[in-house]
Amino acid sequence: MKLPPLDYICPATLTEAIAALAVHGGNAKVIAGGQSLVPMLAFRLAAPSVLVDIGQLPDLKSISISAEGIDFGALVTWRDIECDTRLAQVHPLLAAAIAHVAHYQIRNRGTVGGSMAHADPAAEMPGIAVTCDAMLTIVGPNGTRILRADEFITGGLSTVLEADEILTSIRLPLWKKARRWAFEEFAPRHGDFALAGVAAFYDIDAQGLAYNAHIGVIGVADRPMRLPGVEAVLDGRRIDADVILQAAAAARDAVDPADDIHAEAAYRRDLLGVLLERALARAADITLPEAA
Amino acid sequence: MSDAAKLLVGSAVERMEDARFLSGSGNFADDLAVEGMLHAAILRSPIAHARIVAIDVSAALAMPGIRSVITARDIGDAIPIIPLRLAPLPEFEPFCQPVIASDKVRYVGEPIAVVVAESRALAEDALETIGIEFESLSAVTERGASETPLFDFAEDNVALRYDAGFGDPDAAFASADYVRTERFSVQRHTALPMETRGLLAEWNSLAGRLVVTGATKVTFYNRRALARMLDLGQDDIDLIEIDVGGGFGVRGEFYPEDFLIPFAARKLARPVKWIEDRREHLMAINHSRDVACELSLACRSDGMILGLRGRVFADMGAYIRTNGGVVPAKAAQFLPGPYRIPNVSVSVEAFMTSKTPVGTYRGPGRFEANFFRERLIDMAAMDLGIDVAEFRRKNLITEQELPYPIDGLVPYEGPTSYDTGDYVEVFERALKEIGWHEKRHLQGKLIDGLRHGIGLGCFVESGGAGPKENAALTLEKDGSLTVAVGSSVLGQGLETVLGQIASDTLSIPLDRIRVLHGSTTLLDEGFGTYHSRAVVMGGSAVLDAATRLRERISEQASNHLGRPNSELRIVNASVVADNGASVSFATLAAGGELQADGTFSNDVRTYSYGTHAAHVTVDPRTGAVKVLDYVAVEDVGRAINPAIVHGQAIGAIVQGLGGVFLDHLIYDDQGQLLNASLADYLVPTASDFPVLRAVTLELRPSPSNPLGAKGAGEGGIVAVAAATANAVAAALAPLNVEIRHLPLTPPRLWRLIKDARERATNAA
Amino acid sequence: MISARPVRLTVNGTQTTVTVEPRATLADALRNELRLTGTHLGCEHGVCGACTVIVDGAAIRACLMLAVQAEGAEITTVEGLGSAAHLSALQLAFRKHHALQCGFCTAGILTTAHALLTDEPHADEDRIREVISGNLCRCTGYLPIIAAIMEARIAYSDVQCEAAQ
Repeated sequence: MKLPPLDYICPATLTEAIAALAVHGGNAKVIAGGQSLVPMLAFRLAAPSVLVDIGQLPDLKSISISAEGIDFGALVTWRDIECDTRLAQVHPLLAAAIAHVAHYQIRNRGTVGGSMAHADPAAEMPGIAVTCDAMLTIVGPNGTRILRADEFITGGLSTVLEADEILTSIRLPLWKKARRWAFEEFAPRHGDFALAGVAAFYDIDAQGLAYNAHIGVIGVADRPMRLPGVEAVLDGRRIDADVILQAAAAARDAVDPADDIHAEAAYRRDLLGVLLERALARAADITLPEAA
Repeated sequence: MSDAAKLLVGSAVERMEDARFLSGSGNFADDLAVEGMLHAAILRSPIAHARIVAIDVSAALAMPGIRSVITARDIGDAIPIIPLRLAPLPEFEPFCQPVIASDKVRYVGEPIAVVVAESRALAEDALETIGIEFESLSAVTERGASETPLFDFAEDNVALRYDAGFGDPDAAFASADYVRTERFSVQRHTALPMETRGLLAEWNSLAGRLVVTGATKVTFYNRRALARMLDLGQDDIDLIEIDVGGGFGVRGEFYPEDFLIPFAARKLARPVKWIEDRREHLMAINHSRDVACELSLACRSDGMILGLRGRVFADMGAYIRTNGGVVPAKAAQFLPGPYRIPNVSVSVEAFMTSKTPVGTYRGPGRFEANFFRERLIDMAAMDLGIDVAEFRRKNLITEQELPYPIDGLVPYEGPTSYDTGDYVEVFERALKEIGWHEKRHLQGKLIDGLRHGIGLGCFVESGGAGPKENAALTLEKDGSLTVAVGSSVLGQGLETVLGQIASDTLSIPLDRIRVLHGSTTLLDEGFGTYHSRAVVMGGSAVLDAATRLRERISEQASNHLGRPNSELRIVNASVVADNGASVSFATLAAGGELQADGTFSNDVRTYSYGTHAAHVTVDPRTGAVKVLDYVAVEDVGRAINPAIVHGQAIGAIVQGLGGVFLDHLIYDDQGQLLNASLADYLVPTASDFPVLRAVTLELRPSPSNPLGAKGAGEGGIVAVAAATANAVAAALAPLNVEIRHLPLTPPRLWRLIKDARERATNAA
Repeated sequence: MISARPVRLTVNGTQTTVTVEPRATLADALRNELRLTGTHLGCEHGVCGACTVIVDGAAIRACLMLAVQAEGAEITTVEGLGSAAHLSALQLAFRKHHALQCGFCTAGILTTAHALLTDEPHADEDRIREVISGNLCRCTGYLPIIAAIMEARIAYSDVQCEAAQ
């Protein structure tokens, strides 16, 4: 499984990188950690004539926290996130979700930018980005554009990125301190892509009612997505067992997964409901009577 | 005569092999590199069943670095056919596989062309340019799916049917208080050794000789087969065995590439290396299991089994390969298991489909048969209101009944009997280890959202296949020992085990012993490694050779020291006389060649036996199963190296658990293999099954060989599906779920639970 | 045709230059150009972990990294951990616990464990299991591998203490 013939450019600046992409048009592909791209090359599912390695570009490797949000350079790795002790405080949902990404060796090389650009429907980072309304910065020959994560991903393994554009950073909005949250996913083995996953958070007002509910799901559609119908069940309600069961039912109704070799559609749909129940129960710190 | 205090046999000595593997200095097939070496890649059929109308290799030949593209046309009018190595039944012969597809392809992955290039990457580039015009034919992916025979000469797609048995099953079933019939199946999966296959073929034009490096398992047999195909004398070919990254039955059989690569090397008069990549491995190496069974049990109301009937249906894939019908034949033979069942009938139907051909994988047929029978026993016990342990205890063959003949279940094999053992004692030990009496009350209980289940699985397991094995021992001039044996290494630690046997007999320390194995250059004849035979047969041959060598050493020493044999002792690579005089082995070896051949012939099989027990939880909402505890108890007769035997058992349990929960080669109805990558073909990882135990017992040595050993490589896997599926079934019994089909993936268990609920709702 | 180009590497402490096509993976460069064949290829698509090497201190899958991406990197392969005559504490623990059978996956597991224990000498059993879950082994069932790595931790804690002093 040797890679197809290809050329390789490792530009020193973003401008050079974009220029290189522009020159080669659709025949060039951006590589960073390569953890999604190289397997596709090995199977010859992709055969670009040139790889533009953005790995040496400056300023894309940091995680910075400011009043505007939490900024992740596109080259931040899963290992960087795991080792950044601030994140468990400033974005516990992200930290919890990223713990499920792949394995040790992959985590040392895989990047948040690569994961977003690859846009696997079961991947955690795109799921968190969509759930949290992350804003993505894209740089191309005509300048910079900023898009919300759900506008960025256009389908299974596809995004709005043009052939000469580079995703440079991802900004997650700041996290409220008393926020209720949970992440749940179910995969056949540790580190595998999820059969379904749920990222959930909401805030609590002075009356103890939920507001600002965000429910994002992975692995149940061609892309990660929020479930506004489920969020509507939660907003303005006191989160108890009844509400949670209503939310789970709404989640099952809201998705239309496909059959594949790993699971039939009905399983993913039902699993999503179970995971959402468990996530919301944990977020609300209540114990649901387990059926069956 | 040797110093009994330091015996290595029976001791968990560290392995001789390990230093080279741990330091990265092993020598595996892809590590081979010789001057002028070319690289091959194989064009494989992308469709399951089609006529080949035309092949256009002109674009490939025009590419840089491409030396040759070989198709059936280059091989000639008579395409060599891969012979049946085991159970060569005439019925199977018309279904045997040609080494390359000529007019038809019959499975996804079948070789169509070989590209030979300056590098593997260039060869792969060229594969993409080969144009093939196919005329598509309909694929057959299950039994009875098509009336159209896949082979023109055949009336249907059944390659072989037979019936066998003993006693009077009809009478037994007619008179029984209780009869239950169920259908079960085990999914298609494969062994997945970590090293894919690989070969380096070197043709010496001047000498007219061929050397193929990277062979294993049955090198001498494969040499004979290759010699016939290439029209060479056997002596013109050497098959060389180097380090082998796992075998488990699938690796080392004669595959199409075992002809194609040597053929290419001879055609081009250049060394040619081929390394199977993982994608092609999943579609090219033998698949296995894929057996269904309709099983009936007849019992008295007190639980005594009166009779068993089994109909075995095996998907053989597109061709019959070297192992013939071993998988279904053994699935049928081992249906009665360790139980006293006086009346048995089995039938086998081996049918052809448009999938990769099957062969043996660790515990072939046994993994399946034990699953079928042990599941049905639990169902019967439940129906009769008898505790599942008590049911087994009542029916297990007792030691007084051994040897226990189980003749006639395999038409092409002679009489055979379970040899020695105490099946009941080993069964009780497994109950004790798992805490059966303490935990029984957990069966089916829902605790913190998880249902608990404990399952049992009993087995007998044959090993030590004949007919024979050879060894040659040489005392080198420096006093070190070289052991050459016809057994093959598959990564199991054979060098150490054979070294231990030689060391004890000759009192030579292990670090002065070199064990050479497998290669056809070592001996005139060898038989290889399969059917848990390497220690039983190879070990006994080494023991024989070592004993003879010891006699020769004593004779030499007697002459040298001028003392009679009766006054001599062998101590630490020296011979010491009662009078204190001594001579080292090195001195004796310097005085003249000291060499001995040994052999061991035996047609009596060994039968190890044991019981597995599993404690699982099932999350009824997700279908996730967790193995909380697992214990495998086996009597292996004699463990030459207990740590190696223990490692075999633990490794086999985990492979078996993969077969229960994960491993699954998935085809669509067009015969496309849908998961030819390790991202989609799932095997166990370190976090999946952390709690496992194996208890190796040496209660009853085998009477068939001087070591007393019974095979120990397969007992760890054969009852895993039985015990685990029974545990899962026990956990889900309150939900009226029965387990009949593997694998037990979360979505499949979820479906069973959901369907049972819907049935209950509809009934109410 | 795309030409091969030089890539400077420091492998097991030795500076070297390999000349490779851009499509060559780091694993292929180590194996074919430098003949460091202890690093094995078990799948070539980033799942099995057999090809794990340590690049600038981090365990990575060498089949998923282009050799050209390793320009200037410091690389440790299994050959850099200890020789057959002088096995490291980790390697000795593997031998003692029979943590290998066929030896094919072993190099990748050793490099993974070495990187882990160098960073986290007090990693607990769950952490070790989680990390090793990125390496497939078909022979051992993993139990002896985990036991060997657990035992080897002490050697790495000692190193840390010495460094601190």
